[in-house]
Amino acid sequence: MKNPFVRYLFQKLLWYILAFFIAVSLNFFLPRLIPGNPVAVIVNQMATGGTPSEALEKLYATYMREFGLDKPLYVQYFNYLRNILRWDLGTSFMLYPGKVNGLIGRALPWTIALQIPAILSGWIIGNLLGAYSAYKGGRFDSVAFTLSLVFSNIPYYCLAIVFLYLLAVKFAIFPVGGGYSFGTVPTLSWRFIVDAIHHYILPYCSMVLVAIGGQAIGMREMSIYELTSDYVNYARNLGIRDEKIIRYVFRNAMLPQITGLAISFGTMMGGALVTESVFSYPGVGSLLFTAIRQTDYPLIQGCTLIITIAVLVANFLVEIAYGFIDPRIRAVQLGEK
Amino acid sequence: MKDIFILLFRSKRFIVGFVLFLAVLSFAIIGPMLNPKNPFQMVGGLFTPPSDKFILGTDNLGRDVFTQLMYGTRTSLLIGCTAGVIATSIGVTIGSIAGYKGGIVEEILMGITNVFITIPSIVVLILLSIAIKTRSAAVMGLVIGVTSWPWTARAVRAQTASLKTREHIDIARITGFSSIEMIVLEILPYMFSYIFMAFILQFSGGILNEATLSMLGLGPYQTVSLGVMLHWSLLWEAVRTGAWWAFIPPVICLSMTTFSLMSMNSSMDEVFNPRLRRS
Repeated sequence: MKNPFVRYLFQKLLWYILAFFIAVSLNFFLPRLIPGNPVAVIVNQMATGGTPSEALEKLYATYMREFGLDKPLYVQYFNYLRNILRWDLGTSFMLYPGKVNGLIGRALPWTIALQIPAILSGWIIGNLLGAYSAYKGGRFDSVAFTLSLVFSNIPYYCLAIVFLYLLAVKFAIFPVGGGYSFGTVPTLSWRFIVDAIHHYILPYCSMVLVAIGGQAIGMREMSIYELTSDYVNYARNLGIRDEKIIRYVFRNAMLPQITGLAISFGTMMGGALVTESVFSYPGVGSLLFTAIRQTDYPLIQGCTLIITIAVLVANFLVEIAYGFIDPRIRAVQLGEK
Repeated sequence: MKDIFILLFRSKRFIVGFVLFLAVLSFAIIGPMLNPKNPFQMVGGLFTPPSDKFILGTDNLGRDVFTQLMYGTRTSLLIGCTAGVIATSIGVTIGSIAGYKGGIVEEILMGITNVFITIPSIVVLILLSIAIKTRSAAVMGLVIGVTSWPWTARAVRAQTASLKTREHIDIARITGFSSIEMIVLEILPYMFSYIFMAFILQFSGGILNEATLSMLGLGPYQTVSLGVMLHWSLLWEAVRTGAWWAFIPPVICLSMTTFSLMSMNSSMDEVFNPRLRRS
């Protein structure tokens, strides 16, 4: 604990564990506010579908056991926590007897492969664009700024719908949805990869353009602040070359943008999930969309849990990176050594 | 105050945002008054393209898209505004108390705030929405409002903490003002522009959150909103069948609304924050 960097990490970790715990508790308690016995509701729904009564009783027994609805609430809660730690997320209603873990496990790689590159590349390009347009000023700045303002305020899914309509339906340049062509099996063959990339471009572009816009606006603002600050004037008067000053400005303006990266993981999530369902991309977003339509509570809860974990982990990683990069935190560390 | 308006209306971006917003607002308020029809009524064949009879055609159930668009925009604005008012009120209350009181009160309030900033709000929104079966537009606004205040709280705390060191605060404190009087009379008036900008941000965020939830299928119950229209388009494959009139109008309305709010916000930022202005 002597090392301040370790202390910084430890402190952050505690906060994240607390946030996770609260999120998990919400995940447990909120769906239980639904009036009535959810198991009975589901079994009734299936009964109208013409399932034989023996199977229904078995179904009822399974869900009663899984939810533990016959036990007091606090016992249910501890069971829920234990199941999460064992990574047992229960059984899906709509795809009975499919396990929620399995469904999410299949969807998650697609979501990660789509979102992480989109967010990261949007962040990098947006920051470069914002810094450059703050430095350049004039016509370039006003055009870039207006475009960024327009793009960052179009919700992802709106851009996604427009892209899907124009580039896949109207002009059939890209496929109309899915993660790969219908009828192919995901393998590591060359053909499959090309096919998957072909399906990837539209969802990726609709997310990345919006992300670039949002980051560029933030970075431009930070850079203008820095460019008008005293140290820049001083450096200019000393006759230091512009390229060198730009490097200082960039590094200073970047720092808040790293926090911005952490924020964007959380705030982009909702839009990104809907974007997936616009393209029927086989990720968590499309799964959630179907789960909500079918009122499949275990699957909805599984999706919200995995989204929470993903965002918390991403945020934590960014905070660690921030600890490494921020000279103030690093300086304390070096100073005490 | 007058100077501020002169400065604001000198900014081209503000005028563009303001005019666009007025256009959307009057469409949503005056439209349904001049044209009181039921947006759920089936009036024509399914997916009829735009014609003289139906300016924007009909949707998958033969309902008039133009009527839906008017009522939908109204619902979306209503939800966004409700959410904005609630989120801003909670955020300002928590932020100003934390910033003014300091110490353990600040630690606790900001701890709560930071935890709720870390938990993705879309998750809480989804969970709350599935827990409330019959969601009216007002309930949706409330739900969105109570989940999106943390950013405002954090920003207001920072502002309050810096205002607290000003001299007039010390003088007021000597006069024996209570904490609440101090916050309401001596701190909040000095950050009015800031609070108003925070409200605009929350307003636009509320509209977007409504659209996101509705598109996932958790929209207001038996009400049409822009998000609900988009949800129907997804559900009934309007995009893939090429029925552009069913989804392009709500997309435009939604983007126009958020764009107008955000451009007003960013030009106000420039006016109130002279360092961002460059001439």
